[in-house]
Amino acid sequence: MRELILHILDIIENSREAGADLIKLKIFEQPEQDSLKIFLEDNGSGIDKDKIEDITDPFVTSRTTREVGLGLSLFKEAAERCGGNFNIISKKGKGTEVMVEFSYNHIDRAPLGDIITTLTSFIAVNGDSIDLMYRHKFKNREFCFDSREVKKELDGISIQSGKIIGWIKNYLKDCFAEIYGGED
Amino acid sequence: MEVKIKLKSLKELKELRNKVQKEMEMRDQGTNPEIIVGMGTCGIAAGARDILKTILEEVDRRNIDLRVTQTGCIGMCEKEPLIDVKMPGKKRITYGNLSTDDIKKIIAEHVINGNIVKDLVIAKHEA
Repeated sequence: MRELILHILDIIENSREAGADLIKLKIFEQPEQDSLKIFLEDNGSGIDKDKIEDITDPFVTSRTTREVGLGLSLFKEAAERCGGNFNIISKKGKGTEVMVEFSYNHIDRAPLGDIITTLTSFIAVNGDSIDLMYRHKFKNREFCFDSREVKKELDGISIQSGKIIGWIKNYLKDCFAEIYGGED
Repeated sequence: MEVKIKLKSLKELKELRNKVQKEMEMRDQGTNPEIIVGMGTCGIAAGARDILKTILEEVDRRNIDLRVTQTGCIGMCEKEPLIDVKMPGKKRITYGNLSTDDIKKIIAEHVINGNIVKDLVIAKHEA
């Protein structure tokens, strides 16, 4: 995967298949501390205790289960390749949490990529059934987005409608401009 | 963690909401065509995000009533990125090894004109 957001999209697809209706995504960029952290949390069906040990082993997982494949192993590998680490916690029936840390300035770290297109496409397809809470921090500035807050205003109209997705795109664009403050 | 949407944006959102509602009232509900995009690890690695982006852009640009959904790995990883097109009352068609240009072609010829794009088909299923 050439963008970290594609790994995120991949993990979110696991959440969708696990029946989650709320996904929380946090991205914390701290270049001065050489740290990039990504947290993903869902309220899906969770993973069995005996499976979680092997979940990032591509040979074990891809053979035994359908719902969990190569995705987690690839994400883990991407983090470890550039001096980072990967953690997963899951409770059957409660949900799953994935935490990944990268060395921010490592030469092999993939860029975050096109976050806005990726997340808004996901909402355009799944927004009616799955909510997304997204928090992004860059240095000491941050923003939050919560699809449930948007839905409150929509009063029954689908969040998946093209015009609403367009609004979310612009909203996120403004948010990014604010936290990056001119520098990218 | 509390999330506040800025007031100016909120006003825009409310105006949009009313517009969308009017459009929806004019639309015929129920028998829409559907496109299903493969979004497993294999699909995403092969470019499914951009396939999905192009589909959504075409839907918007042409203002067509089309349901877009996603699915996981269907076991044809080597043919990713792939999509299924389901027209009301017709066989479900799977297209594979797709580029974003192929998507534009499929939407124009299959979804809008009802003609299957034969050279891109990898499977047909009963409706």
